[in-house]
Amino acid sequence: MWDFIEDRHREILYNGFQHAYLVVLAVALATVIAVLLAVLVTRVPRLAGVANTLSAIGLTIPSFALVGLLMPATGIGATSSLICVCFYAVLPILRNAVVGLQGVDPALVESARGMGMHGFAVFARVRLPLAWPVILAGIRVSLQMSMGVAAIAAYILGPGLGSYIFTGIAQIGGKNALNYALVGTLGVVVLALVLDLLLLLLGRVTTSKGIRV
Amino acid sequence: MSTTETTPDQSPEHAGTGPAISGARIEFDNVVKRYPGQDAPAVDSLSLTIPAGEIVMFIGPSGGGKTTSLKMINRLIEPTSGTIRIDGEDVRTKSVDELRRRVGYVIQGGSLFPHMTVARNIAIVPKLLGWDRARINERVDELLDLVGLDPAQYRDRYPRELSGGQQQRVGVARGLAADPPVILMDEPFGAVDPITRQRLQDELLSIQRELRKTIVMVTHDIDEAVKLGDRLLVLEPGGRLAQYDTPENILAAPANEFVDDFVGSGSALKQLTLSRVSEIELTQRTTARVGERTADALARAKAAGDAAVVVLDNRNRPVGWWFLRQLRSETIGAGDREKLVTVDERATLNDALDVMLTSSHGGAIVTGERDQYLGIVDFDSVTDHMRAVEQQAAAETEAAAAAAADAGAAADTEAPA
Repeated sequence: MWDFIEDRHREILYNGFQHAYLVVLAVALATVIAVLLAVLVTRVPRLAGVANTLSAIGLTIPSFALVGLLMPATGIGATSSLICVCFYAVLPILRNAVVGLQGVDPALVESARGMGMHGFAVFARVRLPLAWPVILAGIRVSLQMSMGVAAIAAYILGPGLGSYIFTGIAQIGGKNALNYALVGTLGVVVLALVLDLLLLLLGRVTTSKGIRV
Repeated sequence: MSTTETTPDQSPEHAGTGPAISGARIEFDNVVKRYPGQDAPAVDSLSLTIPAGEIVMFIGPSGGGKTTSLKMINRLIEPTSGTIRIDGEDVRTKSVDELRRRVGYVIQGGSLFPHMTVARNIAIVPKLLGWDRARINERVDELLDLVGLDPAQYRDRYPRELSGGQQQRVGVARGLAADPPVILMDEPFGAVDPITRQRLQDELLSIQRELRKTIVMVTHDIDEAVKLGDRLLVLEPGGRLAQYDTPENILAAPANEFVDDFVGSGSALKQLTLSRVSEIELTQRTTARVGERTADALARAKAAGDAAVVVLDNRNRPVGWWFLRQLRSETIGAGDREKLVTVDERATLNDALDVMLTSSHGGAIVTGERDQYLGIVDFDSVTDHMRAVEQQAAAETEAAAAAAADAGAAADTEAPA
């Protein structure tokens, strides 16, 4: 096992980086999408139920199935992987963003408006910072989940550590099959832990001391 | 009452003795607010002039439209018809944000932004107005000093590190930040304990002596209104002006029975602290269970003619009091029991009225042992009770007088014998 890693350490590092890059990009994109959707949802109260149902249903779709469904539409490669990971990444963030934004005390929003803050300032300076800890919790869940989804997305030749897992499965019984699968799996786990730690630090930095728990 | 004329001696040009008036005159000209879907207007053709540099208290029962009237000044609520002018200028001529930056706004509890430090909270409007940093910092320290907080100690604290009274002080400082001529206060001292409230009131009076802004304050506390107000505006249910005058005149000569009832002559007010909710006959309103189908509850409420339902949990404790229009979900939701203000049956009528006046339902939920729901106490039942007590008292004095007279008469008839 050690020899296996030593022989390929450059390649493994490269794939690990690619994996992390795909996930971070997808989650960042998903955060923007989810927060925008959440703003819409909180504007129109009737949409809240729809959003919750959709994200619940969305999470029941097996990622492998979605990969298969995306293939005819967007082909194989990095773009499809990104779309696939992003799709799942949106769901937990959306849920938390809706809860977070709804949890902002209406009196604070009115007070902000009463002082002459215009609509976007109220959002950027009051609602978003107050909902941020809840949204961030969603981002952390989303990131963990996306790590696994990104590994599956390697099936359509997406970048990252997932390719090792599929190689391992394809070569089952072969000399290095177990090594491939283990490197893929452990790599994903280690990466997930590292990125989660980074998010935790990001949360410390971006959450106001006044609302930190 | 012709209140739309200006009071000449109060206009800013004639500052007279003492510090110059920095406030602005506010005029309501036939202002009406009608909410869609409601027959009765919330505010009904309100016309009055608030002289520059005075404190005017809006007071009345809930449903009297006092908060609505206040919020129409900074256009958080737009009037259906009529005009509001600040220093002769229609509030609708400038953009709404521009208007609001010139009108300070202070609400209950200070409503500070928890994620911003005290200094940043105070600096909000100056920043929106584009002041430079040095000027803002100087202003923040000046204001903290004015409201009695040491700038060095409090500037960089977060709201949660302050007591309720301190938060409210910062709220007042924030309202004053850009030195606006007009300050609107919506029950600013409602959320602090009585002792702190009294101190905050005293401080506001001393600040006002110095600044002489035009302050419009909504309150449900007649004592606070009398204490702080240069003038009181008493609003009747339906948003009609009942009386607009100095507190002295209102107490001495209430314009009508409603005002008399509302400000209460001394005996009636004392009666409130002597009687308990348990002495009053409670009314029953439509109730619903958590988890029940909303449609069923709505049907019952409509059949009973109620505009709201009281939601009870499985232990019979009230958890919510919702207007029918608020019931949108499929089943009745749980709501937050902590947020619902109820009165214990042993509470005094004074306490109950306190709760009733802050409630938008014109009543208060009464609970008994272990917070179990008993019924509703409303204004009518309280006033009925007080009338009964008064009549009883009158009958007793009459009876006593008659008995004394009888005894006297008996003594008279016996005397010659």
